[in-house]
Amino acid sequence: MALPSSPTPHQVPPTRLTDAVIVGGNRIPFARAGGKYAHVSNQDMFTAALEGLVARFGLQGERIGEVVGGSVLKHSRDFNLVRECVLGSSLSPQTPAYDLQQACATGLEAVISTSNKIRLGQLDSAIAGGTDSISDAPIALSEGLRRAILKASHAKTLGARVKAFAAVRPADFTPAAPSTGEPRTGLSMGEHQAITTARWGVTREAQDQIAFNSHHGLADAYDSGFFDDLVTPYKGLTRDQNLRADTTLEKLGTLKPAFGTSLSAPATMTAGNSTPLTDGASVVLLGSRAWAEARDLPVLARVVDGESAAVDYVHGREGLLMAPVHAVPRLLARNGLTFEDFDFFEIHEAFASTVLSTLAAWADDEYCRTELGLDGAFGTLDRSKLNVHGSSLAAGHPFAATGGRIVATAAKLVAAKAAETGRVSRALISVCAAGGLGVAAIIESAAAGAESTEEATK
Amino acid sequence: MSDKYISLVNGGVTGNLAKKLGLPRPSVLRRQVTGAPLVTGPVLVLGGTVGSGKDADAVAQILVSGELGDALDVRRSADGASSVRWGAVVVVLSEAVHPDDLSAPVRELGGVLRALAPGARVVTISRAALADDAPAVAAVRQGIDGIVRSVAKELRGGATGNGIVLTSATDGEVPVTAPSVLGALQFFLSAKSAFVDGQLLTVSSSGGTTPASWDRPLEGRVAVVTGAARGIGAAIATTLARDGAKVVVVDVPAAGESLATVANQIRGTALQLDITAPDAGAKIIDHAVARHGGIDIVVHNAGITRDKLLANMKPETWDSVLAVNIAAQLRINETLLASPAFVDQPRIVSLASTSGIAGNRGQTNYAASKGGVIGMVRATGPLMAATGGVANAVAPGFIETEMTARIPFATREVARRLNSLQQAGLPVDVAEAVAFFASPAAGGINGTVLRVCGQNLVGA
Repeated sequence: MALPSSPTPHQVPPTRLTDAVIVGGNRIPFARAGGKYAHVSNQDMFTAALEGLVARFGLQGERIGEVVGGSVLKHSRDFNLVRECVLGSSLSPQTPAYDLQQACATGLEAVISTSNKIRLGQLDSAIAGGTDSISDAPIALSEGLRRAILKASHAKTLGARVKAFAAVRPADFTPAAPSTGEPRTGLSMGEHQAITTARWGVTREAQDQIAFNSHHGLADAYDSGFFDDLVTPYKGLTRDQNLRADTTLEKLGTLKPAFGTSLSAPATMTAGNSTPLTDGASVVLLGSRAWAEARDLPVLARVVDGESAAVDYVHGREGLLMAPVHAVPRLLARNGLTFEDFDFFEIHEAFASTVLSTLAAWADDEYCRTELGLDGAFGTLDRSKLNVHGSSLAAGHPFAATGGRIVATAAKLVAAKAAETGRVSRALISVCAAGGLGVAAIIESAAAGAESTEEATK
Repeated sequence: MSDKYISLVNGGVTGNLAKKLGLPRPSVLRRQVTGAPLVTGPVLVLGGTVGSGKDADAVAQILVSGELGDALDVRRSADGASSVRWGAVVVVLSEAVHPDDLSAPVRELGGVLRALAPGARVVTISRAALADDAPAVAAVRQGIDGIVRSVAKELRGGATGNGIVLTSATDGEVPVTAPSVLGALQFFLSAKSAFVDGQLLTVSSSGGTTPASWDRPLEGRVAVVTGAARGIGAAIATTLARDGAKVVVVDVPAAGESLATVANQIRGTALQLDITAPDAGAKIIDHAVARHGGIDIVVHNAGITRDKLLANMKPETWDSVLAVNIAAQLRINETLLASPAFVDQPRIVSLASTSGIAGNRGQTNYAASKGGVIGMVRATGPLMAATGGVANAVAPGFIETEMTARIPFATREVARRLNSLQQAGLPVDVAEAVAFFASPAAGGINGTVLRVCGQNLVGA
C-alpha cells in the first residue's frame, strides 16, 4: 500500500486567507450633545444600533462570531459594554463580544480587527462598531475625594473611616470635568488643529466650502433614500440632528472663529467648519462569503487592508491629527495602488481643515520627501470623489461611532458603482484620532467574482 | 386604548347595575388562542332532513371527520338535546330552490338561538342569486342574505352570524366541500372571526387547498406587510408569522425604530421604504426573493388619513391620501403581476375601510382611496387566477388603534357601540381576516371584500 505523500494526516494545513465581506451596516441618527439622546447611555445606543441591524438582516437568535466595538468616553460601570449590549439584543446570547478603544478610530479599528479574524478563518461573522455619548459622559470625582472614599472603604474601624473623610477639603467636592484636551499638551483638539491649519495655510473659504459640501452631500443622500438601509431612527430622531440642509456659504461665513484665536495667523476655524460634539452609535455586519451566502445576505464589499500610524505631536514635529497622512502612503504602497485606483475617498472631517491639511501635505513635494520618506509629492486626489455623501461635519462625530458610519456608507457606494460600471470599485478610508493616531483602510466592491484566496504564509 | 366599559358591564356590582339600567352590555369576545377548541360546544348542522339533504350531510361529515382541525361533536337535529349549549349552528341551504324551502331549517335555527353558548357561531352555506336563475331560485337565494344579516343582529353573548355564498364558476357549480368553503367555514366557526358579523363571503371557484395544519397554514410562505411598524400592520405581521410565514415588514424610514422592534419580535426582516417611490415594487420583490427565496403574499396595509371637509380640502391633502392609499398599491401590484417570482398561488390582500363603502363626513379623499381599493381587488383578482392567485380586501370598521384613540371621548364611545357586537374591534381581528385571505384555503375566494366591523350599522 502506497503511503500518502504529503501532508501527513496529523499536520494542520497552512492557514489560507478568505475574504472578509461587508454585508451592510446600521446606525442610529447622530444627535447633538444634550439633544435627543441627552438621557440615553452608550449601552442603550449601541443596543439600538444592533437591534436595527438584526431587524434589517433577520439575525434574530443568530450566533455571530464576535461583536466588537467600544466607546471613547466610557463609564467605569460599562466594563464589558459590548457584551452587555449583545445580551440586551435579539442576537443569540452565545455571541461573544469584546470592547476596544482607539479614540476616534475605534469603529474603523473594530472593522479591521474583526475582518482580519474573518480573513484568517478564526471567525465566520462579526459585527464591528462603536458608540459614544457626550451627553452622558462619565464625570470623575476629584482626586482628593476619590482617595478619601477608597481609604474609608479599606478602613477597619469607624474611627479610621471618620479620619479618612476628615482629610476631605471643600475644593475636593468639585468634580473633575471631562475634557477633550490632550493629556500631554493640555491643548484641545481644536487648538491643536488650529496650529496645523496655520502651518498649511488653509483658508477660511476652503474650510467653509468643505462644510457646505458636507451638509448638502448628506442632505441629498437622505433625500434620495441612500440611508434608508443604513439608518434606523431612534428616540424620535430620523435624521442626523446636526444636518443643516439649508446652510449656505454666506451663513457659514458669518460665524466667529472658535479655535486658534491666540495664534499669530488669522483664526479660520469656526463652529461651522468644525465637527460638533455628538451622541450616537453605529455597527457594520461582516462575514466570510460562505457565511453570507448561506444566509442569503447581500455582499457589498470586501475589506482589503488596513494600516495605522502615529505621529509625534507632543514635540510639535507633526500635527495631532496628521497620522493618516503617514498611514495612507504605506497602505497604498503595500497594495500597489495609487489615488487613481480609487472611486471614493472618505476622509473623516474632524475639522474641515483636517481634510485640507491632509490633502495639502500629500501634494507637498518637500514634506512628502522629508516626513514621509517618499521620492516626491504623494499626489492629489479628485475632489469630486471626496466624501460624496457628506461626512462628520454634517452628520456629527460620536467618536467611536464614526468608523462604522463611514465603512457602511463606503461599502454601499462601491457596490453601487461596481453594479453601474461593471468593474471593481474601491474606496479609501482615513480617520484621524486623538493621541496623534490615524487609521486607514481600503475596501473594494465584491458582489460578484471568485473568492480571492491566498495562503497567509505567502 | 382599552374599552373599560366592557369590563364594567361584565362583572360584579357595576355589571348588575348595567343590567338593571338596561345599558348595552357588550360581551368579551372569544379570540384565537392556539390549542383552544374550534367551537365552544356541539355543532348543529341544519338543512334538509337526515338522508335527504346531501349538502348538509356532506358538511356534517367533514365537521365530524376532523378535517377542519378538530373532530367536532356534530348533531343533525336539535330534538332531545334540551340542555345543550350549542357552539355553532351551520345552516346548509345550498339546495333550496323555493322560499318555502327556508321554513323548516330557519325555524329550527330560531328554536336554538336561546340555547347558544357564549361566542357561538351561526353560519349559513348558500348559493348566489344570479340574474339567469329561475325567479323562485333567485328569490330564495337572495332571501338568505336577509336572514344572515337579521339573525346576526339578534345574537348576543359574543355570538356572530355569517354566510358563505357559493357562486357558479366556469368549471361548474362550486361544491359545498370545495377547499375555500371549508376554509371559510373554519374561519367563521373559529375565534379568528371574533369581530366579523353579518357578513357574506363569496366562494367563486373550487381553487385553493386546505392546509396540512390549520395552526400553521402559511408554513413555507413569504409574506410582505406594508405599514407594519405599528397598529393593524404590526398585528397582521405578527399573525402571519404565527401562521408560519416568513414576514418582511415594510414601513417608511421614519418609522424604522418600531419597525425593527416588530421584525425582531417575529423573526422577520425590516425594509424601510416609502411605498410611493416609483421603484417600491421592485425593491420589495428584490428584498423578499434575495433574503427569503420568494414572495407569495403581499398585504397592502400602509395608509394615511388627512381628514377635512371636501369644502375645505387642499389639493395636497387630497393627493397625498390617494397617492399612498391607492396609487402606490396599483403601481406595486403592476410590478408584482409582471414578476416571475409572484406566480405560486400568490395572494394580495388590501386594506379597505367601511368608510370606502358607506362614506364618512370629512373623508372624501380617504373614502375615494378605500373605495378604490375595493374596485382594484375586484379587477386584480381575475388577473391572478391563472397562477392560482387571488386578490381580496378586508374592510375594517371601528378598530381600537392609536388613530382611533385620538377621537374625542364621547364620539369614540358612540362609534364603539354602533354595531351588533356593541364594541370596537382589535387590530388582531383585522389581522385574522387578512391571514385567512393569505392562506392556501382562500384560493377560491377572489376579488371580494370582507368587512371586519362587528356588523356596523353604516355601510352595506
